[in-house]
Amino acid sequence: MEKCYLMTAVVLLGLTVRWTVSLNSYSANLCTSCRYLLPGAGKPPMFGDYEAQRHWQEITINLPIKQWYFNGSDNNLQYWGLDYPPLTAYHSLLCAYVAKFINPDWIALHTSRGYESQAHKLFMRATVLIADLLIYIPAVVLYCCCLKEISTKKKIANALCILLYPGLILIDYGHFQYNSVSLGFALWGVLGVSYDWDLLGSLAFCLAINYKQMELYHSLPFFCFLLGKCFKKGLKGKGFVLLIKLACTVVASFILCWLPFFTEREQTLQVLRRLFPVDRGLFEDKVANIWCTFSVFLKIRDILPHHIQLMISFCFTFLSLLPACIKLTLHPSPRGFRFTLVSCALSFFLFSFQVHEKSILLVSLPVCLVLREIPFMSTWFLLVSTFSMLPLLLKDELLMPSVVTVIAFFIACATSFSIFEKTSEEELQLKSFSISVRKYFPCFTFLPRIIQHLFLISVITMVLLTLMTVTLDPPQKLPDLFSVLVCFVSCLNFLFFLVYFNIIIMWDSKNGRNQKKIN
Amino acid sequence: MAALGVATGGGNWFSALALGVTLLKCLLIPTYHSTDFEVHRNWLAITHSLPISQWYYEATSEWTLDYPPFFAWFEYALSHVAKYFDQEMLNVRNLNYCSSRTLLFQRFSVIFTDTLFVYAVHECCKCIDGKKAGRELTEKPKFILSVLLLWNFGLLIVDHIHFQYNGFLSGLMLLSIARLFQKRHMEGAFLFAVLLHFKHIYLYVAPAYGVYLLRSYCFTANKPDGSIRWNSFSFLRLISLGLIVFLVSALSLGPFLALNQLPQVFSRLFPFKRGLCHAYWAPNFWALYSALDKVLSVIGLELKFLDPSKIPKASMTSGLVQQFQHTVLPSVTPLATLICTLIAILPSIFCLWFKPQGPRGFLRCLILCALSSFMFGWHVHEKAILLAVLPMSLLSVGKAGDASIFLILTTTGHYSLFPLLFTAPEKKNLFLIGWKLSTSLAWGLWKSSVNLYSLSPLGS
Repeated sequence: MEKCYLMTAVVLLGLTVRWTVSLNSYSANLCTSCRYLLPGAGKPPMFGDYEAQRHWQEITINLPIKQWYFNGSDNNLQYWGLDYPPLTAYHSLLCAYVAKFINPDWIALHTSRGYESQAHKLFMRATVLIADLLIYIPAVVLYCCCLKEISTKKKIANALCILLYPGLILIDYGHFQYNSVSLGFALWGVLGVSYDWDLLGSLAFCLAINYKQMELYHSLPFFCFLLGKCFKKGLKGKGFVLLIKLACTVVASFILCWLPFFTEREQTLQVLRRLFPVDRGLFEDKVANIWCTFSVFLKIRDILPHHIQLMISFCFTFLSLLPACIKLTLHPSPRGFRFTLVSCALSFFLFSFQVHEKSILLVSLPVCLVLREIPFMSTWFLLVSTFSMLPLLLKDELLMPSVVTVIAFFIACATSFSIFEKTSEEELQLKSFSISVRKYFPCFTFLPRIIQHLFLISVITMVLLTLMTVTLDPPQKLPDLFSVLVCFVSCLNFLFFLVYFNIIIMWDSKNGRNQKKIN
Repeated sequence: MAALGVATGGGNWFSALALGVTLLKCLLIPTYHSTDFEVHRNWLAITHSLPISQWYYEATSEWTLDYPPFFAWFEYALSHVAKYFDQEMLNVRNLNYCSSRTLLFQRFSVIFTDTLFVYAVHECCKCIDGKKAGRELTEKPKFILSVLLLWNFGLLIVDHIHFQYNGFLSGLMLLSIARLFQKRHMEGAFLFAVLLHFKHIYLYVAPAYGVYLLRSYCFTANKPDGSIRWNSFSFLRLISLGLIVFLVSALSLGPFLALNQLPQVFSRLFPFKRGLCHAYWAPNFWALYSALDKVLSVIGLELKFLDPSKIPKASMTSGLVQQFQHTVLPSVTPLATLICTLIAILPSIFCLWFKPQGPRGFLRCLILCALSSFMFGWHVHEKAILLAVLPMSLLSVGKAGDASIFLILTTTGHYSLFPLLFTAPEKKNLFLIGWKLSTSLAWGLWKSSVNLYSLSPLGS
C-alpha cells in the first residue's frame, strides 16, 4: 500500500516538474507587464515546432486524407508539411476535434496561421501532458514495478530518476514535441518483448514506428531479439509458429495504420518521400554525430557526391552495430536486448543520415532502462545527452529549467543509487573484459580509475562550456564556435560510450551459461 | 570520488530534500505573480530612495508600507543588493516596473531568505523523538516532518508564485518554537519579539507565548499535582523577559517615536478601514456570516420584506477592499471581532495556565490561537491559514489523532488558497497536481505514522 502512495507521489512530482517547465516557453516576454501575458511574438524555434503541430491539426481536420501529404493550394508543404508517419496525423486529428469543440479559430484553414493565445497555449501543453500521462508514464511505472531482485524503495527511486530525466522533459514541454508518445510505445514494446508477451510487444513497437519513423533506430534490436527467440524455440516447431505470428502482427499493424494510404501507389510513395528526405544531405545544423564533427576538419558534405555520402553512412552504421546484433540473435536475453538497444541507437545516432540532435532521446530511453544495472555510467550518459542539446535549449531560452532539472536529476541519481560508490570493475560490468585484457597485460588494473578521471574531466568541460556559451560572445569570424564545441565534446563522449556499451555486450559471459541470473 | 560519494550518497536526505525543493522553487520563477510583487518592489524603492521620516508617509503608490519597521529595514538591506540587478526598480515613480532582472532578483531573494526556514526545520527535527521509529527512512518522524514542512504546498504557492516572504518569517516562528522546546526560553522570547516587529500578524499567537512564558518560565516549579506554586515566582525571569521585549520594541519603534510618527505608523499597521473581509474571501466565520446575510437579503427582496432602495450598493463578493454594511444581520465592528476572538481562545489559554503540559501544550495553544484569530479576526487574509498549518505539522508527527486533524486542516487550508492563483495555466493544473501531491504525501505519511504510534499512550 505504501508503495502505491510513494509511487503516486513520484509520478505527481514528475508531472509537477513537467508542468512548471512548460510554463517557460514565452520567456522572451516574461515581464513586459506584470501579468502573465499574451506574447507579442513567440520565439522562433518554439514557434516553429509549436506552430507545426498546430498546423497539422489544421490540415488534418480541414482536408481529406488524400491531401494530407501532398502539396496543394490548401496545403503548402513548404510551410511545416507533415513529415511524420500516419499515426502522428491521426493524433493531430484527434487533438483537432477537441480544439474545434473548444474554439474553432484555433484550427481554421489558412486564417489560423501563427495563432497564439494564452488559452491555446494551455490547450497545446495539456495535449502533451495527457499523452505523456496515458502512454509514457504508465510504461515507466510498470517497468520499474516489474524489476526483479531489488527492494521496493529502489524500484521507486528508479522510477523517480527515469521520470526526472531532463532531456525528454525539456524537449517535450519546453521545445514542444510529442516524443513521449513514440518513446512510450517503444517502452511498452520493450516490456512486452522482455516478459514474453511477444505479439503485444511487437504491436506496441509497430505503433511507435508508425508514430515517428526515428524509432527505426530501435528496430534492429527488436528484430534480432525476436528472431533469436524463434531460433531458440526451434525453427522447425514452435519457433516457426512464433515467427509467422510476429510477421502477421507487424504486417497487420502496418496495414491498419497505413490503410488510407495504400489505396494508391502514389500516396504510399509520397508519404515515404516525406518521411525519408534523402535529398537533404548528411546532416543539418549542428548535431553531435561523427559527420558534423568530422566536417569541422574536412567538409565532406561538399566534397563527396550525394550517393557516396549515403553509402558511407550506411556502411559505418551497420558495421558498428553488427557485432551486438549478431550476439543478440545468437544469445537472446532481456538484459542483452536492453544493452543492444543502447548500442544500436547510439550507432545510428553517430553514423546515420540526417540525424537531428533530438534523436539522442532515442538512445536515452534504453539507457534509462539500464540505470539500475550501471548507475554511474548511465547517469553520466544522460547528463551528456542533455548537454548535447544545449544550443537548442538556449535558443528556446530554457537555460534556467535546464540547469535546474539537470541538477535535480543528478541529485536524484546520486542519492538513489550511490553512484560514486559503484565504480569498481564489477559494478561497471567490465570484469570479464578486464580479466581478458589482463591475460596479455597483467598490470591492467587501473580501468576504474581512468573512468573516474574521465568522468571528472567530462563534467568539468561541460560546465565550463555551458558557462562560456552563456556569458561570452563568440568571435566574429566563428559565430558558431560554441555550438560546434558542444557538439565536438558530446561526440567524443558518445564515441566513448559506444565503445563501452559494445564491450559490455561482447564480453558478457553470463549469457547462455547461467540462466537463473538472466533478467 | 569517495568524498563526493559520502557527500551525495550516504544518508543525507535532509540536504537532498532542501535542495530538491529549492530547485522546484527555481522552476516556479516564471509563473504568475500577484500585486504583492509590485508591493515589495515599491517598498524596496521607498526604503532605498527616501529618508526614514518619509517611509510611513510615502503614498505615490497605492501599496503603502504597512508592515512593522524591521521589515522595512529588511527591504532596505535587500535594496542594496537590488541596485546591482536593476537600478530602475528602486525609483519610487516606476510604478508596476517589472523587468526580467527585477523578477529574477525578487524571486531569488525569496528563495535565498528561505534558508532561515530550512535551518528552523532542521532545529525542529531535533526536537522530535525518533527513537520509536522503524528502520525505513520514510517511517522516521524526522523525515516525515521535514517533508511536511520543507515541501509545504501552501508555502510554495504563496511565497514562490503569489509572491510573499512568509518563508523566513515562518522560519523565525518555528525557530522560536524549537527554542522553547529546547528550554532556551529567553532565545525563544527574543525570536518571537523580533518576529512581531517583522510582521504583526503574529499577534494572533502572542497570547499563547505570553501565557506560556508567564506560567511555565516565570513560575519555576509546580506543585506535585501540576497546579501553580505561587511562591516559586521569579521576578528576575519576568524582568528579563520584559527587558527583551522592551529592547526589541525600542529598537524597532524607537526611531519613529523620536520622529513623533507613532500614530501614523499604527494607522498603517492596523488599517481598520479595509473592511471585514479581505478581497478574496478568507474562509472564516465572517464569510459565512456575510453569505447568510446575502441569502437573507435576496429572500427578503423576493418576499418584499425589504425596500430595494435602502440596500447599500457595495457588495462583499466584488473582490474589492472596502467598508461594508450588512443588510439583514447586524453589522460587525472591529470590537465585536476582537471579543469573539478572545472568547474563542479563552479555553485553550485557561488550559495552558491551569494545566500546563510543557512545550507540546504550548504548541497546541498556539495553533488554537492562530485558528481562532483566523476564524473571527478582522480583515483576515487566506494566507493566515499557514500560521496554523505549519505548527500543526510539528504536532502531527507525534500522535495519530493529531495527524488525522492535520490531514483535514492541510487539505482544506491549501484548497482555500486556490483563488490566490489567478491565471488559467497555474490554477488548472499546478495546484491540482501540487494539492494531490501534498494530500497523497500527507496521507501516506500519516498511514505510516499511524502504524507507528498506534500503541503509544495518548498523552504527550
